[in-house]
Amino acid sequence: MRSIMFPAALGLALAAPALADPDPADWPSVLAEARGQTVYWHAWGGATATNDFIRWAGDAVEDRFGVRVEHVKLADTADAVSRVLAEKTAGRDAGGAVDLIWINGANFAAMKQAGLLFGPWAEDLPNWAFVDVEGKPAVTADFTVPTEGLEAPWAMAQVVFYHDTARLPDPPRTMPALLDWAAANPGRFTYPQPPDFLGTTFLKQALYGLVDDPAVLQQPAEAVDYAAVTAPLWAFLDDLTPHLWRQGRAWPQTGPRQLQLMADGEIDLAISFSPGEASTAIANGQLPDTVRTYVLDGGTIGNASFVAIPYNATAKAGAMVLADFLLSPEAQARAQDPGVLGYGTVLAMEKLSPEDRARFEALELGIATLSPDQLGPALPEPHPSWMTRIEADWQARFGVAR
Amino acid sequence: MRPLRAAPLLTLLVMLGPVAAGLLGTLAPALGLFPALGGTGPSPAPFAALAAWPGLPGAVGLSVTTGLAATVLSLVLVTLTVAGWQGTRVMAALERALSPLLSVPHAAAAFGLAFLIAPSGWIARGLSPWATGWERPPDLLIVQDPWGLAMVAGLVAKEVPFLLLMTLAALPQAQPARRLTIARSLGYGRVTGWLKAVFPSVYAQVRLPVYAVLAYSMTVVDVAIILGPATPPPLSVQVVRWMADPDLTLRLPAAAGAVLQLGLVLAALGLWRLGEIGAGRLGRAWAEGGARRHGDGVARALGLGLAALSAGAVIAGLAGLGLWSVAGLWPFPDALPAGMSLTGWARHAPGLAAPALDTVWIAGAATALALALALACLEAEHRFGLSPGARSLWLLYLPLLVPQVAFLPGLQTFALVAGVDAGMGAVILGHLVFVLPYVFLSLAAPWRAWDARHATVAAALGAGPGAVFWRVRLPMLLAPVLTAAAVGFAVSVGQYLPTLLIGGGRVQTLTTEAVALASGGDRRAIGVAALMQTGVVVAGFALALTVPRLAWANRRGMRAA
Repeated sequence: MRSIMFPAALGLALAAPALADPDPADWPSVLAEARGQTVYWHAWGGATATNDFIRWAGDAVEDRFGVRVEHVKLADTADAVSRVLAEKTAGRDAGGAVDLIWINGANFAAMKQAGLLFGPWAEDLPNWAFVDVEGKPAVTADFTVPTEGLEAPWAMAQVVFYHDTARLPDPPRTMPALLDWAAANPGRFTYPQPPDFLGTTFLKQALYGLVDDPAVLQQPAEAVDYAAVTAPLWAFLDDLTPHLWRQGRAWPQTGPRQLQLMADGEIDLAISFSPGEASTAIANGQLPDTVRTYVLDGGTIGNASFVAIPYNATAKAGAMVLADFLLSPEAQARAQDPGVLGYGTVLAMEKLSPEDRARFEALELGIATLSPDQLGPALPEPHPSWMTRIEADWQARFGVAR
Repeated sequence: MRPLRAAPLLTLLVMLGPVAAGLLGTLAPALGLFPALGGTGPSPAPFAALAAWPGLPGAVGLSVTTGLAATVLSLVLVTLTVAGWQGTRVMAALERALSPLLSVPHAAAAFGLAFLIAPSGWIARGLSPWATGWERPPDLLIVQDPWGLAMVAGLVAKEVPFLLLMTLAALPQAQPARRLTIARSLGYGRVTGWLKAVFPSVYAQVRLPVYAVLAYSMTVVDVAIILGPATPPPLSVQVVRWMADPDLTLRLPAAAGAVLQLGLVLAALGLWRLGEIGAGRLGRAWAEGGARRHGDGVARALGLGLAALSAGAVIAGLAGLGLWSVAGLWPFPDALPAGMSLTGWARHAPGLAAPALDTVWIAGAATALALALALACLEAEHRFGLSPGARSLWLLYLPLLVPQVAFLPGLQTFALVAGVDAGMGAVILGHLVFVLPYVFLSLAAPWRAWDARHATVAAALGAGPGAVFWRVRLPMLLAPVLTAAAVGFAVSVGQYLPTLLIGGGRVQTLTTEAVALASGGDRRAIGVAALMQTGVVVAGFALALTVPRLAWANRRGMRAA
């Protein structure tokens, strides 16, 4: 009975040596070092479509580059940030548990500020050459915070709303119209409870629809009259909340929860940060095929998803190889396929070879997905300080209402 | 002989060391000591930040009310059921349903219940539209209600089987049949007589399990996330949220909240103890009053009805999840899915294979270690005539009484400082802390009840103490040993926070996968994960039941042990 006490993992992990960091500019040596490494990719595991995509990407880099990928499924991205922080607290500056994090916004800002990231490396990746740096400013400014090569983009997202045309054929296209519709149809709309990022995004989207001059949102909230700018938002929410699902006394805890609520017929309208999510959900049988998406008049917020490498990651070379693969036209085209993920690409079509461009042109976007023209230009994310303050104020006003 | 003598000490160290280390690791940041965030000296800031959170009164209130309500309800339900039906065929049927009910992990049971009672859930679907007229689900706040009633229901459904098991285990020592015979011959009703004559001595024995239920119910995280309110959530959920917030300075109020949670549990236990004293006084007056009957029939029916309801809810909820895992589109108000397909399984099961394997490996190793330690302790007790006092029982229960959120985050930091890497080994040791008490408690009673004259006979035939242990006692007690192993296995499989925090996210089990999937709300994925999770545990119990039958196929007397 005693011989089966300890698995080898404990001993092995203790013996891991600290190596010099790989140099991303010397790509062949990165590839050589990466072979045989295992990359622990910490990524939110709440959506089955993304889990399937990550498994596919992991199989592909193992086949081609000999890099094994373990998807550590997080309920919250900040769990990985916590882990890196705990390691720094304990003085573990090498051999950390996290190799790659799916990250953006406040998590990135916090890690960058605390010096928890490895790099710069992202702009040295071979596939960086295809990235649409000029046309998509969000790939180098994450919620206005400059990425400085500390994270590599891999997907574009833009806010859309989806509605079941069988119950709601003509959805509201402005925030005031949304309020009128909700008042006339109580209990048929809700949004994820902040601090869920999608819930906070709804608040920011509402703010965009209600402020006079959206340009102030690009400055830190401390630099402007925060109370005056947000006053219309709180008035709007005070009016809206009693007409929400469950009278605003309970909230879905995440974005994908709304899919189930709509499939159950509990709500008629929901917000999403992925233009292809509804089509993907229809393909999976999670939503009826009468669901369609649309954007608000005046545009919706867009941002990019990134991957970053912690300063103490064990498999930095492997993590870079995986990040580079995610930027490849092959992976990007697959991610854009609504049958897979339906995420927007970060690449510039004109920088691609004709064969690679053909991969994108061949995609059927899906019955509920808007074309790039229909999506329209994305509004830039406000400075992260807005998110933090609006989130805190929302919680004080609506999050503890008992 | 020496190592055996040290077994009790080693067991305590393995079990309480992590708890003590973790509490220290939590206390330090709560007092402002957190070098990575610039906290080098004691400061009241973390507690001030906690006090400034507007949701604090609500969160504290919820933690206390839901915890106390779930414990009182579970205890009343179990007591009424046993009082009304002990020794009957109904009771035997309930006992058979116990293992499967115990084996359903908390998170799976909570999902199942949520799907049953939600306005768009199975019950509403079954009644709509023919009875209710609902073409779409009504906008009713049932799941996540602000009082936490759904959460209390979920907790009761899972704690009743546990308390029932503990009560049944304690029952023989109270000699209920004799006491009840005397009481009934004096004209007492069945329930009244049981409550007056048997309950006091049974309660004295299940007191610690009841305390464990109270502490658990006050601090549960996974059930609270699924069924509990979120505006604000119970304190333990908020502590975990702060721990997970990108704003790293929130670790400080999180630590303060964890300390407050510990204080709340201690206060509630104190309150419960006062309640015990009060109830004891009242009960004595009531017993001495001499009334023979108090609506015994109603109490019997009520006890059985509620017990059946809570068991039925768990089973029906699980059946609902099973159906979801093979459902095509299933809109409201259809009571059954329009189509069935295995695409859900084809999509989600392959990804769960590796976590399933790790789940079995971790649970198997933790259980084997726990079993070895528990057997060594019990054998040392037997050979050296050590007498287990009430205090050692308390120590055994300590890991179950200290809230997980109070010491696991600290333990994570502590393990990193000590250089123990996150990995399977660390997770197994972490699980051992929780598995060991259950294994020990399940094993101790049958082990001590073994007739020591067998040992005397064996010794007279020339067997040394080792031979007596390996060749006589262990084979004779194979069935209880395996049952204890199955219980330990189930406990390990159900662990969420220890796996997440000690494993650093690298170690994935079916439970961590299920809770991560739950955040997405995809019922097909949740159904597959919950069924696999339950399946692993049921397989453990099934093995524990069949192995003695196979091993002793030709020795009927050994099977009954």
